[in-house]
Amino acid sequence: MSLNSADIKRIAHLARIEVSDAEADATLTKLTGILGLIEQMQAVDTKGIVPMSHSQDVTQRLREDVVTEINQRELFQSIAPAVEGGLYLVPKVIE
Amino acid sequence: MINKSLKQLGAMLQSKEISSVELTQEFLNRIDRLNPEINAFITLDKDKTLAQAKHADSLLAAGKGTALTGLPIGQKDIFVAKGWRTTCGSKMLETFIGPYDADIIERFDAAGAVNLGKTNMDEFAMGSSNETSYFGKVQNPWDRSRVPGGSSGGSAAAVAARLCAAATGTDTGGSIRQPASLCGLSGLKPTYGLASRFGMIAFASSLDQSGPMAKSCEDMALMMNVITGFDKRDSTSLNREKEDYTRDLSKPLAGLKVGLPKEYFAEGLGADVAKAVNEAIAEYKKLGAQIVDISLPNTKLSIPVYYVLAPAEASSNLSRFDGVRYGHRAKEYGDLMDMYCKSRAEGFGAEVKRRILIGAYVLSAGYYDAYYIKAQQIRRLIAQDFENAFKQCDIIMGPTAPSTAFKAGEKADDPVAMYLQDIYTIAVNLAGLPGMSIPAGFAPSEDGKRLPVGLQIIGNYFDEARMLNVGHAYQQVTDWHTQMPEGIE
Repeated sequence: MSLNSADIKRIAHLARIEVSDAEADATLTKLTGILGLIEQMQAVDTKGIVPMSHSQDVTQRLREDVVTEINQRELFQSIAPAVEGGLYLVPKVIE
Repeated sequence: MINKSLKQLGAMLQSKEISSVELTQEFLNRIDRLNPEINAFITLDKDKTLAQAKHADSLLAAGKGTALTGLPIGQKDIFVAKGWRTTCGSKMLETFIGPYDADIIERFDAAGAVNLGKTNMDEFAMGSSNETSYFGKVQNPWDRSRVPGGSSGGSAAAVAARLCAAATGTDTGGSIRQPASLCGLSGLKPTYGLASRFGMIAFASSLDQSGPMAKSCEDMALMMNVITGFDKRDSTSLNREKEDYTRDLSKPLAGLKVGLPKEYFAEGLGADVAKAVNEAIAEYKKLGAQIVDISLPNTKLSIPVYYVLAPAEASSNLSRFDGVRYGHRAKEYGDLMDMYCKSRAEGFGAEVKRRILIGAYVLSAGYYDAYYIKAQQIRRLIAQDFENAFKQCDIIMGPTAPSTAFKAGEKADDPVAMYLQDIYTIAVNLAGLPGMSIPAGFAPSEDGKRLPVGLQIIGNYFDEARMLNVGHAYQQVTDWHTQMPEGIE
């Protein structure tokens, strides 16, 4: 249960957030407090209780498999950080 | 005029006593004057706003006006609005211009209401004081040194300072009710699924719900008529018959069974809040209500459960902010991974990062069952508490928040203390029930200011019309809801 700075760095990597060593230390203190709060759950016997993922007991609706969106590429790409020729630009991923 | 209700202003518009352009301009002038300090609005677009007001006037002139036509409404900056900057209180979306309208924006537009501007909020709705906003904290109009609550703190402060006639909010763990309580207004979180989440920037999808923040229950009923309704673009939107939420407003309360959960009056509740809430309950007795003692035994667990489930859902929802399609991208980076990590490190504030990390942790291999599944199991126990309680009573009452508005900075550095602000509101979200807060008096602060106290009213699923009836009856015999802070004239 108890975390260390290396754990923080590992979790931050999973979450794709860069943290410096100093930030990891500061975050560790805060997260330890929050996880202490969360730990109260462990005192409850939950054997046999069906997990509740949602408040309404409904099933997902189905719809016809047809196109419902119109093409708005230019509008959507007008707010993108980097585009070229209708494509979103990211650093090279294949050598 | 600024203290008039939506109902009253609507009547003035219908009778041509005033035009929507005049009314809207009046509020815009107030915003110009008071917003630089209060900071309730993040984004204004006067041209767009006044064009809508003009359009509303033409609807009214043609006799096509409905209840909200021409009325200026503040929209929480969590709702995407076409052509409007939509930031969600984050640097991540500082330059994001909405390419489409959220369902709620469409609905207010269709009703002829005027979008007065986008209101300030805790970043990605994560906070209870509006101090996590990238666009600065918001002042509580009742005491400018105090917080307005959060996350819908801008909406609450805007209504309290009479910068708009009403506003919208969203509530994942108390984000409508707690700021309504701290700012002395009425706020309602509907039953989960009644209001569409389409275009509402997601925080915790199984808990998020939008709702009205206004000066009275009657005004909230008018807004509920606009906000609610089926939307096929939200997979959890409920397909139910449209309701008229004003229909039961004037019903007598005789025989109403009001449940008081003992856990809501236990240790942790401020004496000044308890006093005001107890006086409100005494008023309900005079109105014919019967008081029933009830128990919601798992109340205390709602906070740990919430701080597993909400961050888990948030860590997934906020993974969309990757600096590729929209939002902040770091200026300097190496490979793709570095771009993700730097963009997100720069774009998110400290509290948002903390919650993403908690979420990533509780969902990670080896911890999923111990935290995430465990929390979902206790969530069911919490929902069952309410199910049992509603066998004994029609409505549940208690405090909305354990204290009145606290000083800015007081809890900003202590997440756990901040989280405890929502001890009475979170369970309602976990169960998916409707909850609201109405003004129930004032408590004096140590420096002599009057600070509003909120009474929370929790209903059974889909019982909003009755809750509004219960709130309205109280607002017919009290005047807490019509009182205004000093210094906003």
